[in-house]
Amino acid sequence: MALDKATVAHIAHLARIKVTEAELEQLAGELSNILGWVEQLDEVDTEGVAPMTSVVDVTLPWRKDVVDDGGYADKVLTNAPDPEDAFYTVPKVVE
Amino acid sequence: MTALTRLDVAGARDGLAKGEISAKELAEAHIRAVESVRPLNAMITETPDQAIAMAEASDARRAKGEARGPMDGIPVGIKDLFCTLGTLTTAGSHILDGFQPPYESTITANLWQAGAVMLGKTNMDEFAMGSSNETSHYGGVENPWRRAGDNRPLVPGGSSGGSAALVAARAALGATGTDTGGSIRQPAAFCGIVGMKPTYGRCSRWGAVAFASSLDQPGPMTRTVRDAALMLGAMAGYDPKDSTSVPRDVPDYEAALTGDIRGLKIGIPKEYRLDGMPGEIESLWQQGVDWLKEAGATCVEISLPHTKYALPAYYIVAPAEASSNLARYDGVRFGLREDGGDLIEMYENTRAAGFGAEVKRRVLIGTYVLSAGYYDAYYIKAQKVRARIAEDFREAYATVDAVLTPTAPSDAFAKGDKLDDPIAMYLNDVFTVPASMAGLPGISVPAGLSEGGLPLGLQILGKAFDEETVLRVADVLERAAGFDALPQVLAES
Repeated sequence: MALDKATVAHIAHLARIKVTEAELEQLAGELSNILGWVEQLDEVDTEGVAPMTSVVDVTLPWRKDVVDDGGYADKVLTNAPDPEDAFYTVPKVVE
Repeated sequence: MTALTRLDVAGARDGLAKGEISAKELAEAHIRAVESVRPLNAMITETPDQAIAMAEASDARRAKGEARGPMDGIPVGIKDLFCTLGTLTTAGSHILDGFQPPYESTITANLWQAGAVMLGKTNMDEFAMGSSNETSHYGGVENPWRRAGDNRPLVPGGSSGGSAALVAARAALGATGTDTGGSIRQPAAFCGIVGMKPTYGRCSRWGAVAFASSLDQPGPMTRTVRDAALMLGAMAGYDPKDSTSVPRDVPDYEAALTGDIRGLKIGIPKEYRLDGMPGEIESLWQQGVDWLKEAGATCVEISLPHTKYALPAYYIVAPAEASSNLARYDGVRFGLREDGGDLIEMYENTRAAGFGAEVKRRVLIGTYVLSAGYYDAYYIKAQKVRARIAEDFREAYATVDAVLTPTAPSDAFAKGDKLDDPIAMYLNDVFTVPASMAGLPGISVPAGLSEGGLPLGLQILGKAFDEETVLRVADVLERAAGFDALPQVLAES
């Protein structure tokens, strides 16, 4: 399936990646090529096949729903670009 | 005495146990070795002070009779995908600028618990997305090998290219890698070393920067099969912090190296005989068959009919999972932030500046195949094909014990050769991706040289959690091949 520039712009917005007008053109070509190539999967008969959910045959383990770690906001925030007190900060989202 | 950087892990272990060498001497020799191969760009961060401190602690333990096993005092490189407490961890990406994890990954914690010594963090393709190490924000790694009569720098393969180059150049005794579609095995083949991807679930993924969570698996990269067995023994094990890690005991992998493969049945998959495959790959593969037969194994042709669909299915599944995993890089909690007029623009600017071209391509493909209206046509279809691929292997393993294939469809190529053609780059993983899609263990063993004088690898694949048979066959193959060629760039010994 060939992607046009408008579709690429929409996907890029969904993915929260700013893409310039010049990049849109190139990406539309590259992504269309990749999608065209993966479409050979249509040749495979998958009638009645259950989609794989796990490569190993294990049951996911259960654990008690308790807090067993945490309580160190300072450590968690050490890598934040612009922390304030015990908080992350973002541009203002409500007026 | 053999120069310290020319030992292997097993040899260093024996020297340490007999008191002929100290961990500190070993660390110092390798710190110098790492410095001497800096032009390869194999390391993003060197940690010499930490290496000395860890080596001194190892020597102190040994003096008290408390040595912890074969990895105690062994200097290793750590792929920069593993979070290391307080040491810069970048995943090869600009978006993780300055990230100093406040925690240690389980794999590295296991290695330190076993006494291993950290030399530094190795270069890699950005977020492990690449087969040539050229997508790293920190620049490409150079392969220590050169093609005969051609001085152009070659790629080391990827994504664990820094680890492979470092071990091949004799600047570390071993290194960690991670393999999502071939990222341990293909660079091992390109650099003439051993690289093993264990069964999915054998090694914990906790604290390893996530790329495609249903495929990612850490593993060892070393110069011999025995060393891979020793290092895997220290890395593997159940981890309650990774719910996909499997609660099984870790066997003594070194004990599996009996040298005896008489009576084993080895499958030779006919679908791996690609049109246009170089004759030298084909003949090396045949040589591998002959070696295993001479050692008493039976080789039989098998069919893995969905082989050719593994790569396109992978390029739906892996980008889909990556687009979800990489959503966390938002400029808020760690790494790079690029300001914007509002929150959305801050996200978009940060991710535009922080991700490289290949990462953006994959995040966009992943976003597209998961988006409304396309999820069934792409993602669910790919997961169904994946079930078919796993079924192929299950049927084959009803009659054979292991599978022999080439590791990669060519020897190492020159930097820049495939950068403009994503699909040509993806095809590097054509022989490694099927086992990744099925979660099965595989190892690449250096088995010969190409006409250009570059290393070529053969791959052994095995049944789930049967790393022991994989290692046993690989060890026999290694002995038969007797690969002892050295790269043109070598660390000062």
